[in-house]
Amino acid sequence: MADLSTTVAGVVLPRPALLASGIWGESGASLAAAFRAGAGGVVTKSIGVKPREGYPNPTIEQFGEWGMLNAMGLPNPGIEEYPKEIGQALAAGARVVGSIFGGDADEFAALARKMEATGVHALELNLSCPHAKGYGSEIGQDPQVLAEVVKAVKKATTLPVWAKVTPNTQDTALLAEAAEKAGADAITAINTVRALAIDPVLRRPVLAHGFGGLSGPAIRPIGLACVWKIYERVRIPIVGVGGITTAQDAYEYILAGARALELGTAVATKGINVFREVHEGLGRLLDEAHFATIEEAVGQAHRK
Amino acid sequence: MRTIAPVVEKRWETPSTVTLRFDYAPLARPGQFVMIWLPGDDEVPMSLSYTSEGRKGVTIKAMGETSRHLLQLEPGTRVGLRGPYGNTFDLSPRRLLVVAGGSGGAVVAPGAEEVRRKGGSVTVALGATTAKELLFRERFTAMADGGLEIATDDGTAGHRGYVTDVAARLVKERSFDAVWTCGPEVMMVKLVRSAEEAKVPIFCSVEREMKCGIAMCDACAFGPYHVCSDGPVFSGERLRDIPDFGQFKRDASGRRVRA
Repeated sequence: MADLSTTVAGVVLPRPALLASGIWGESGASLAAAFRAGAGGVVTKSIGVKPREGYPNPTIEQFGEWGMLNAMGLPNPGIEEYPKEIGQALAAGARVVGSIFGGDADEFAALARKMEATGVHALELNLSCPHAKGYGSEIGQDPQVLAEVVKAVKKATTLPVWAKVTPNTQDTALLAEAAEKAGADAITAINTVRALAIDPVLRRPVLAHGFGGLSGPAIRPIGLACVWKIYERVRIPIVGVGGITTAQDAYEYILAGARALELGTAVATKGINVFREVHEGLGRLLDEAHFATIEEAVGQAHRK
Repeated sequence: MRTIAPVVEKRWETPSTVTLRFDYAPLARPGQFVMIWLPGDDEVPMSLSYTSEGRKGVTIKAMGETSRHLLQLEPGTRVGLRGPYGNTFDLSPRRLLVVAGGSGGAVVAPGAEEVRRKGGSVTVALGATTAKELLFRERFTAMADGGLEIATDDGTAGHRGYVTDVAARLVKERSFDAVWTCGPEVMMVKLVRSAEEAKVPIFCSVEREMKCGIAMCDACAFGPYHVCSDGPVFSGERLRDIPDFGQFKRDASGRRVRA
């Protein structure tokens, strides 16, 4: 079978599909369980300076098999409490990517230093959460602000830095370019797509927060388009996220230009065994196409 | 995936506990829970105290802000429902001991009724702070062919003291195929010990902070498990390997706090 290991900015991953940020990442035991179930690595919940409860429920709305809307509101135990959770994931042998979110470049830099001290293998900057005031995409939609954050984090840490960009903008690739220029080592694309659910009987938005972020199969073609465009415009590796549920989905993202992948919603809809399923199926697809490694397949849909 | 349904019946069970019934079709099994949404307020997990076809019910005790609001609902008020979620009690025991503390009776009652209906024998140990707060006293009396034993903290009914003392004696003196329990976690920790000493399998319905209900957000992380999908019912055997049990839970931010 094809070699499924892949390298993202110096971090060697035994398998390409990682647990996406926000899923299962509040506790170290869950991160470890995801790794044991076959994830190639795990991205933590986005961690901020202080503990944060997130929004009241309802925080999610499920649309059949095709989509999931959420506005959790970045709940997290805060960077002071979180290291013990990361320790548990690292002890299980997992490759751990620490996700952080801040309100400005200084906050990001401070978080990056503290996250580095926990022993994680890379950092992912949440510049793309679509539903938290003052954070996420409110910062990451502006290429200049995004660049300031990336620069500050790069200065604060020696870890590889993955910039997670938002699709809720005119040109996601422009954000990726800004991140690359500012020193980012990889681009994670995409975060959820801003969306809304309304209850027709009650005549009100379903989620307590109103707007949320759409994930799941519905956004896969959007994610693919973003990865495609980013691949054409930056040189640093791309980690593809957005609606990946099957091995074929994963393969398509690789052909579009992703070197690694993240799965989130599929963990809820198909269970944690989805990692094994995707990896086994991906191995077969690579074999059939006579690719010996993932590397060989990356971006192959761009051939003229 | 979310159903909006009106409350069709309301019944005060104790001075602090209310049962709300609604017509909600999805098949539910004893031990499972629904996410019940009070529009404009919050959405919380509630174990089904009535799981029969069609008309379901939840039994709510005044605890937090949302449960107090749920207590004030009158018939006709619309709530949002999704689920049922989670696992169920195994209904095969022939000789069952049910140990219910506080509002825990709401969780174990429908399954115990099923066991009885299938010809099994049911014994109940029911505890509360005071006589008036004994939940489902009549309902348990009706199903408990093996007897109903009561404990109250203030001695206003039955044994004065904890229901765990009553249960510990029962598992030692009599033979059961299984013990089911739901109540405060300290109570369940004690019971797991008693049941283990008596070599009776025990099953606990565990409570944790819950948000998504579908094993995605990790709010209800419980060791390597999720209460919403791997639970809420956990065997004593499994609980032995979950360091959280009786030790800590997580608040809404995910911080560990004492259980």
